[in-house]
Amino acid sequence: MTVVARVSGQAWVGDEPLFAPIDLQLEAGDWNCLLGPSGVGKSTVLRLLAGLETGVRFEGLVECDLPVALMAQDPGLIPWLDITGNVTLGARLRGETPDLARAAELIAAVGLADRAGHMPDRLSGGQRQRVALARTLFEDRAMVLLDEPFSALDARTRAGMQDLAARLLADRTVLLVTHDPPEAARLGDEILLLTERGLEAQPVTLPRAPGMARPYDAPEVLQMQAELMRRMLA
Amino acid sequence: MRHILPVLLLALLIWQGVIWLTAIPPFLLPSPQAVVEALWLNRAEILRHAGFTLSEVVIGFLLGSALGAGLAVAMGYSPRISRVLRPLLTFSQTIPVFALAPILTLWLGFGMLPKIAMTVLIVFFPVASAFSDGLMRTPAAAMDLAQVMGASRGRIMRHLRIPAALPQLATGLRLAAVYAPIGAVIGEWVGGARGLGALMIHANGRMKTDQVFASLLVLSLMTVTFAWLVSAILRRVWRRYGV
Repeated sequence: MTVVARVSGQAWVGDEPLFAPIDLQLEAGDWNCLLGPSGVGKSTVLRLLAGLETGVRFEGLVECDLPVALMAQDPGLIPWLDITGNVTLGARLRGETPDLARAAELIAAVGLADRAGHMPDRLSGGQRQRVALARTLFEDRAMVLLDEPFSALDARTRAGMQDLAARLLADRTVLLVTHDPPEAARLGDEILLLTERGLEAQPVTLPRAPGMARPYDAPEVLQMQAELMRRMLA
Repeated sequence: MRHILPVLLLALLIWQGVIWLTAIPPFLLPSPQAVVEALWLNRAEILRHAGFTLSEVVIGFLLGSALGAGLAVAMGYSPRISRVLRPLLTFSQTIPVFALAPILTLWLGFGMLPKIAMTVLIVFFPVASAFSDGLMRTPAAAMDLAQVMGASRGRIMRHLRIPAALPQLATGLRLAAVYAPIGAVIGEWVGGARGLGALMIHANGRMKTDQVFASLLVLSLMTVTFAWLVSAILRRVWRRYGV
């Protein structure tokens, strides 16, 4: 396996350490889940990889060999652009002519073909995240950073989005930041638990079919989710 | 609008009542009727002066708004420019515009220029301040995305920050529309013979208080209409952005 991105070092908020020294390595083509409770710096790690402002002092090394796209809990839709405009936002912001045919394809792929001209305020929370997913795909980057993208959704919508994302992001390297053990159990090829103690790789013995999330109700998935919960509480 | 008429009637009633009760001489407080008569008798002159004031207001408003909006964008674009300009802007507001009027007249003469300059000075600050606030408050999620998408600062400004700050710009412009006539009238008070401000000073000097009131009435109506017009235009323009 090739390592395509790495965050190694320690971060402080003021004088308080945010997390103990870590060495996070992301494998090419995998869904890497960074699991942990709120406030331990998961999003900070993701933002370091994305090259975004973190508001913390980080000492160490950040390497990322692949171009990245970002999808977060707040879909960040632009209220004055319709769905097509939002999906093609990146092209507009780079001064390129957007490929509208590809945008239409991706909007259809996330199941919103009949709403391409709608404004974001007419969409439900789940539909907004579908637009965000289409926008992420439109960027067509080899690595995708997902920052709790499904946390604000209800259980049924969340499960649907997990299936959809697993299918549409199948051939990419993914870093999924989540605080939800069931989500990690469904999607993670690698699961890394981040707590105040630092980073611990969790054994993942269950296979995952390409482009699929593991079934949410399979006994071994439930068992894995319980195990992750146990480690998180330890 | 329904509530304005009764309030107006009540104000007129109190006005007339004070005159009846105190028998105050008309050169101190003219009756509403006297004011209306003065307005009608001097309508041509008042209208001509109102025309001068209005053109100063419109030109000053446009220039001042453009200057204010430009400053806000420059400060939003570059933190360095912002560090230099922001204290200067605050400092500029510590100087009373009234105090500047004579100097502006001295520098720019008795024509329209010093009045327009006064209007610009009064207008640019609310626009710059409200718009710049808006430019600093672009939703963080959108800013993160733009950065990861590889957008330049200029394009982020044009496609995200400016459109997102349009409601605040509108707030600043509405305020500016109400303030703009104040600038023009102060300028007219200090120098020159044209405009409602000059007319008021002139009438006041000759104890023609009814004419002063008549000019004030026209000035108020003009300001209300101008502010309403600006609001209406903004609504139409902004609707395209769904703001």
